[in-house]
Amino acid sequence: MIYLTKHLIFTYLLLKFLPNRDWRLEVVKRERTYLRGEKHTSQEISLQPPTANLQQNPMKPPPFKYHAPTTLDEALSYFAEYGDEAKPLAGGQSLIPAMNFRLAQPELLIDLNNIPALAYIRATDNGGLSIGAMTRQRQVERSDLVAKHAPLISSTMPYIAHIQIRNRGTFGGSLAHADPSSELPAVALVLDASFHVQSQRGRRTIPAKQFFTDLFETALAPDELLIDITIPAKPARTGYAFDEVARRHGDYALVGATAVVTLDQAGACQQAQLVFLSVGPRPVAITQATSMLHGQTITPNLIDTVAEAVNQELDPPGDIHASVDYRRHLAKVLARRVLTVAVNEARDYKR
Amino acid sequence: MTEKYPITITINGTEYQREVEPRLLLSDFIRHEVGLTGTHVGCEHGVCGTCTILFDGEAVRSCIILAIQANGHELKTVEGLTPNPTLENLHPLQASFREAHGLQCGFCTSGFLMTLEPFLAENPNPTEMEIREILSGNICRCTGYQHIVEAVKLAAEKMR
Ligand SMILES: Cc1cc2nc3c(=O)[nH]c(=O)nc-3n(C[C@H](O)[C@H](O)[C@H](O)COP(=O)(O)OP(=O)(O)OC[C@H]3O[C@@H](n4cnc5c(N)ncnc54)[C@H](O)[C@@H]3O)c2cc1C
Ligand code: FES
Ligand code: FES
Repeated sequence: MIYLTKHLIFTYLLLKFLPNRDWRLEVVKRERTYLRGEKHTSQEISLQPPTANLQQNPMKPPPFKYHAPTTLDEALSYFAEYGDEAKPLAGGQSLIPAMNFRLAQPELLIDLNNIPALAYIRATDNGGLSIGAMTRQRQVERSDLVAKHAPLISSTMPYIAHIQIRNRGTFGGSLAHADPSSELPAVALVLDASFHVQSQRGRRTIPAKQFFTDLFETALAPDELLIDITIPAKPARTGYAFDEVARRHGDYALVGATAVVTLDQAGACQQAQLVFLSVGPRPVAITQATSMLHGQTITPNLIDTVAEAVNQELDPPGDIHASVDYRRHLAKVLARRVLTVAVNEARDYKR
Repeated sequence: MTEKYPITITINGTEYQREVEPRLLLSDFIRHEVGLTGTHVGCEHGVCGTCTILFDGEAVRSCIILAIQANGHELKTVEGLTPNPTLENLHPLQASFREAHGLQCGFCTSGFLMTLEPFLAENPNPTEMEIREILSGNICRCTGYQHIVEAVKLAAEKMR
């Protein structure tokens, strides 16, 4: 009985915690099967209560093999050999909770935490910024180089979870995880970042536009690691903004938005990018509505018109956290806010 | 049964050597293998903050780190705040929680203390907003947080 109660509490927490409706539906489906006493068929996921044999075996995650390479080459050799049986372990702040729930059951974990060459923040030759995938989120947040070359990233970091999680979670881990409610994928997209990925087969660069392919899915092949994220330099008179609405500080956003606006010398809009998070399976870039800004002197009225129009390009999901209508309302409000802040910042630009 | 690996972890200045399965969580290592039960576990998926410890000086959740990942690292748990505690020699944070009623059942307290120790070391003069922000990663079901905020202000005063 106690097992069942604990199991139900687990499931309840799971339902509360998972930001995505499809995931929750999947959990409900599996929960029903479990309560009926049937074993579900998926090999990948088992919702057997982790406490079922607590006496002999008080472990939350299922067993797995573990390697902690100290060089990138060694790490890549494991992925070449084991393919998708092997899973990279970065900060573990998303992967280990999923393993504790037995939602993820990797056979082999390749721990990247002992590869110092993957953690760095560097300015690039042409005024951009290059961040190693294993750089801790907290390090990115505190970095003067990031503040100088990619201020949008600095100001967005505090929206991610809590300090204790950012102390451990990595910049690359968040991007590779590609949670549609997470902040960094949207920011990488709005900044037009390049993703450098590597396997034993070689190295390639994937533009942010092509990196996020679906819900928790990226363009990474099973044997590829995300190595480095490069953010290009932006022209003068560029302003940035990020904002989101969440139920509590540190929670995943119900809806979030980020904008980058560049003005020309006369003060008219040269470029305007607007990206939303938590409104679909991956970050969504607005293209039609923002085209109204190009070449224009941006007024509050014009921003209102754009904000009204963004919903024509969005198809947000409804779930227990927020209805479709509420998400549409938030999208409009956030579009107005981030565009206003970004435009003002671009106007105040001083070299 | 998967293979076990020898690991050495320093907790509160003492070295512990054990053989562990890779899947053993650091929180379970601290509680079950070493017997330091001041570190509590609430949710075991990173949400509640009760399992917070210092890992090489930084506050982290011990329930979403594997014990094997702490091999060769230095940890500090709530037991490390005051080695032989009496009412007189409590760490200023502990004393302030006591004096300002920053706890009721106390289940969450060790997580709060371990979150706050590095925070106050770095921010000796925090504003109320900063205090509330750092507290946002820890859940308390009893106090309503108001007295915890007061306790942090008191501790900051004592430690200056
Ligand atoms: C309570 C809580 C609240 C949170 N709130 C937020 C939030 O508000 N916003 C937010 O964005 N995040 C949030 N997170 C998630 C956190 O930011 C994670 O740290 C992050 O999403 C994953 O980064 P990680 O380094 O921990 O990766 P891991 O958990 O180690 O890995 C995540 C996934 O990415 C893969 N991976 C990692 N690194 C690489 C790589 N270099 N190459 C290829 N694949 C890789 C892993 O195999 C795994 O599948 C929260 C987490 C918790 C526990
Ligand atoms: S037990 Fe670790 S965060 Fe809740
Ligand atoms: S004092 Fe009881 S949970 Fe915080």
